[in-house]
Amino acid sequence: MNEKTKTPKKPKTPRTPMPEQPPFVRARNFLEVTLGYTAELAALEASRCLQCKTPLCRKGCPVEIDIPGFIARLRAGDRDGAYRVLRQTNSLPAVCGRVCPQEVQCEGSCILGKKGEPVAIGRLERYVADSFAAENGCMQLTGETTCALPREIRVACIGSGPSSLTVAGYLSALGVKVTVYEALHELGGVLIYGIPEFRLPKDVVRREVDAMRALDVEFKTNWVGGKTILVRELLDQGFDAVFIGVGAGLPRFMDIPGESLIGVYSANEYLTRVNLGRAYAFPEYDTPVTRGAHVAVFGGGNVAMDAARTALRLGAESVHIVYRRTKGEMPARREELEHALEEGVKLEILANPLRYNGDENRRLVSVTLERQKLGEPDASGRRSPAPTGETFDLPIDTAIIAIGTRPNPILLESTPELKLSKRGYIEVDPETGETSIPGVYAGGDIVTGAATVISAMGAGRRAARSIARKFIGEDAAR
Amino acid sequence: MPYRIVKRKDLIPGQTVLMVVDAPMIAAKARPGNFVILRVNDHGERIPLTIADRDPAAGTITIVFLVVGKSTALLATLQEGQDILDVCGPLGRPTHIEKRKAVICVGGGTGIAAMHHIAKGHHEAGNRVVAVIGARNKDLLLFCDELGSFCPEVLIATDDGSRGHKGFVTEVLQKRLEEDKDIEEVVAIGPVPMMEAVAKVTKPFGVKTTVSLNSIMVDGIGMCGACRCTVDGHVRFACVDGPEFDGHAVDFQELRMRLGQFRCEEKQSFDQFKARS
Repeated sequence: MNEKTKTPKKPKTPRTPMPEQPPFVRARNFLEVTLGYTAELAALEASRCLQCKTPLCRKGCPVEIDIPGFIARLRAGDRDGAYRVLRQTNSLPAVCGRVCPQEVQCEGSCILGKKGEPVAIGRLERYVADSFAAENGCMQLTGETTCALPREIRVACIGSGPSSLTVAGYLSALGVKVTVYEALHELGGVLIYGIPEFRLPKDVVRREVDAMRALDVEFKTNWVGGKTILVRELLDQGFDAVFIGVGAGLPRFMDIPGESLIGVYSANEYLTRVNLGRAYAFPEYDTPVTRGAHVAVFGGGNVAMDAARTALRLGAESVHIVYRRTKGEMPARREELEHALEEGVKLEILANPLRYNGDENRRLVSVTLERQKLGEPDASGRRSPAPTGETFDLPIDTAIIAIGTRPNPILLESTPELKLSKRGYIEVDPETGETSIPGVYAGGDIVTGAATVISAMGAGRRAARSIARKFIGEDAAR
Repeated sequence: MPYRIVKRKDLIPGQTVLMVVDAPMIAAKARPGNFVILRVNDHGERIPLTIADRDPAAGTITIVFLVVGKSTALLATLQEGQDILDVCGPLGRPTHIEKRKAVICVGGGTGIAAMHHIAKGHHEAGNRVVAVIGARNKDLLLFCDELGSFCPEVLIATDDGSRGHKGFVTEVLQKRLEEDKDIEEVVAIGPVPMMEAVAKVTKPFGVKTTVSLNSIMVDGIGMCGACRCTVDGHVRFACVDGPEFDGHAVDFQELRMRLGQFRCEEKQSFDQFKARS
């Protein structure tokens, strides 16, 4: 990296912890786990920033937030100014402050992290976004357009997840008329159906969506891209550009015996029932979900953590995360893994399911696992697991499969002109995000396969920038 | 956008309801075999219902449902002029309609309504359609007149013999397959045991048999896999790969089990609803 940066003196103040609900309390409720900084804690943490001349943190951010800039304003007591800096490049700061894997991005690049602990950039971002929203409401954003457009420019976004919301936020701030089409009945995409309330309260998402409404973004729910409306119809209707951000889609199964037994869920189904359907409040809400006593979650990513912690909150006596590799190889955000373990989730590492076993009513009673050992690193750099032949049964009544997704065919089949990659995702120009159809852009999981909220936002930002460049002019593409 | 109920009719009082709903975008695109997902109110669950008919000019779709639990009971309380909160569609793959000499469309119970739309599609493609419909008694038969308006023959079976053949639709079907060698496809929609029985009858004749699966769904757009079923040994999603599949390849036993997976919760919810109303 940057070898010229001098090694700093040891910081005087240690990293400021963020208040959170105690593990034994939160493991049984759906309220947000972490409580956020107070103004005093935020000021203390902000004071740790070295204000580097060549900030590495910013390079680590997929949407290139001016991190030293917003922290400097926060230090100067200018909270609103700090918020404005965040919003310049990030349409969803309250969301990112909560769900970004900061340890491998901004905080992972922070120079303080070389000898001690990095500045808690994510927590500061969250503090600025939350306290701004609490005091000002987002209505203040209205009319902040930065340039007069030569003519009305209209952009349609398909999907209302993080990539589309980024496109909408970026372009509407420039005065572009954005219409967002969402297939489900609630806005936010994975932020609503996927990430649980205790990690990202739905009010936070609603607030960010309201901020976009204040910027004149139009939202339409129950519109399925590829069914209710087709890409070429949007172009025919006079939209200058269309952005496709429909997410990755179909849950993967492992194609092993017993996967259709009652009690076996995809993580998508389990989480959608609980998050979108509020099944945790059944029967007050009508969507049901199994409240398993003994639950196993298969996978080691954030979705697996979310599912495991949800199962605990639904009253499970035991929850195991079953993973083929070891704790070190788990792709989950560190904080989520640590939170899960604190709450009582157990790990069953180096184990892989061979089959699910059911009773005479086809209800799940156990899973047969095979012990794995780690071999040589694979293409992703992680050591790959190899079977040992040793098997054992884990008694469970609920299994949740969180091993990833494959492309959802709905929009792709209805748009045969779209060029796809070998893996079946949409192929785009990496610089502009434009697809094989001129004027049609794509980003997020439908391009990359399952990834993070922030990488989807980065893709949204790239696409929005090239749309701005093409239809407004070079100056607009900040 | 409100999804207004422009017409509501009790087809079978206290049991089966027909609604014509204002949904122009869906009406414009709906094809035979498509379904919608709807939600009655903001505490409601998403439920799939097959589109029984469409009128693109009027911008409406027709749904027909049997009151089986809380969500359908709640939907049935809505009157003409009121709105359904969410209606999403048209979903699923439309019926694959090929030029055939003749097609038998079998419908059982509420499934007759969904079958009606598919029969219409075959008729519009120029196929001779023989409708075979069944119910417990003559008062429970749906869409007889509508089917009669374009099908040269509507064959009826009732359990009690109050109209048509006394017995099951499968017996009528069997006889017709033996007599009519022009039948190139059979479509069946209705209760799972009926579709399974139809597939069993058609198998020896080697006639292509299409069934429409009414799996439990959540999103209806491929995201959750709740509707997965086994077809020809492979896991398929009814919402995006179906809902229509080769009846000779479907694992009906698994479908029946999966349809019952929330029976306790459904009962709890329905009991609570009935106690309140």
